[in-house]
Amino acid sequence: MKYVDAFRDPAASRAVVSELASLAGKLRESGIRPAIMEVCGTHTMAIARNGIRDVLPPEVSLISGPGCPVCVTEPGYIDAAILAATRATVFTFGDMLNVPGSEDSLATARAAGADVHPCYSPSAALDFARANPARETVFLAIGFETTIAPVAALAAAAENGLPNFSMLTALKLVPPALAALVSDPAVHIDAFLCPAHVSAIIGSDAYAPFAGPGGRPCVIAGFEPLDILYGIRCILAQLADGQAFVENEYARVVKPEGNVKAQNLISRYMEPYDAAWRGIGVIPASGLRLRKQYGAMDAESRFGIRVEPGTPPTGCRCGDVLKGILNPPGCPLFDGRCTPENPVGPCMVSSEGACAAWHSYRRIAPAGKDA
Amino acid sequence: MAQRIGVSAEGHGKMCLAVPMELTDVRTGGRGTARADGIVRDVDISLIDDPRTGEFVIVHAGFAIERLDRAEAEARIALFEDMARRVSTPEFAS
Ligand code: SF4
Repeated sequence: MKYVDAFRDPAASRAVVSELASLAGKLRESGIRPAIMEVCGTHTMAIARNGIRDVLPPEVSLISGPGCPVCVTEPGYIDAAILAATRATVFTFGDMLNVPGSEDSLATARAAGADVHPCYSPSAALDFARANPARETVFLAIGFETTIAPVAALAAAAENGLPNFSMLTALKLVPPALAALVSDPAVHIDAFLCPAHVSAIIGSDAYAPFAGPGGRPCVIAGFEPLDILYGIRCILAQLADGQAFVENEYARVVKPEGNVKAQNLISRYMEPYDAAWRGIGVIPASGLRLRKQYGAMDAESRFGIRVEPGTPPTGCRCGDVLKGILNPPGCPLFDGRCTPENPVGPCMVSSEGACAAWHSYRRIAPAGKDA
Repeated sequence: MAQRIGVSAEGHGKMCLAVPMELTDVRTGGRGTARADGIVRDVDISLIDDPRTGEFVIVHAGFAIERLDRAEAEARIALFEDMARRVSTPEFAS
């Protein structure tokens, strides 16, 4: 496949792995055992699937971060979505179906007759609303900047002439979450492996506040295995040199300023607010919601629904997993009471969730290796 | 290990979430057609400034979110090819 296969080349991978080993050797001499957070759930999945942990020097640990949209969505949002499904046809990304709310999931509500449709693209919701003008249609808009841009495009398309279309939003921003993590004394992270496609929207400059003197190396990498290995290599090189700067190793897609057209569209329709993250808590200005003047497109005001925090499942340690304090096998429920077939928490539901990734690829990434 | 890095079958299953697709048609109203690995999809191109047929874009949830800079991609491929050439022992990472 054009512009894909070259980034999966085994010989080049071996070359990068050998550079990793010699850089880790240098760090070992200085007594540094780097803990690197991969912020984004797509990186988490790619790291597990490609067995990246197996080829890393033993002193380098990779920690999964909060960048799994489904994982950080509050149980109360699921409760509100189930309520919306009693009044409208609801479209959702498939990952959301099995996420536990306070009592039910969208999947159980659907089995009981609620009108819930999983979709690959939010455009499906728009098409349905156009074809069924008498039917209220709600899109469950959850995600980070990569999804926020399409959601803004959706708002632009629906603004005029689609009075039966609205969105229940739980949209979150990556940089405020990083700010919360670096200010939490319980969290120990030496460097960030920054997301690929979130960065395509926000740009590499967005990480400047986390780098520089007293900061951490911030390296943007693509999602292919060579991209990831090379990104980790660049992090180790910075740490070995005592440096901490923003390095864009995905320049084929990410620009310093990001996608300005998308950013303008986003700020036209949305405004920041203090959003609640499941298991983490409220982070200032970490979410986006529709501006007041677009209230007709906001399912909360349209149907008088309020998203409350809800009740998280007992015993689930997703919050600690999302902050990188705990690796999934450290949760007492992991692979016992909590499995992808019977998930207790959202981190075991989404394919991007750290618990699901560790479960699925355990033979590739043995538990405890970097716990 | 090297084998797994090289051939990730599931990577193909997720292709429309992350891999570059070539724009084969640009229409009015922010719509277009994109193709990768024999798969052809209708995509929303309203987030791309001045999209052109023949360009590669990254598609997420049916929306092109950014264009791919071919010169940057080729430069990175050349770097990796060069690194690969310098590896002489085929199994040393296993
Ligand atoms: S293993 Fe299950 S219960 Fe434990 S943190 Fe992960 S999702 Fe929550």
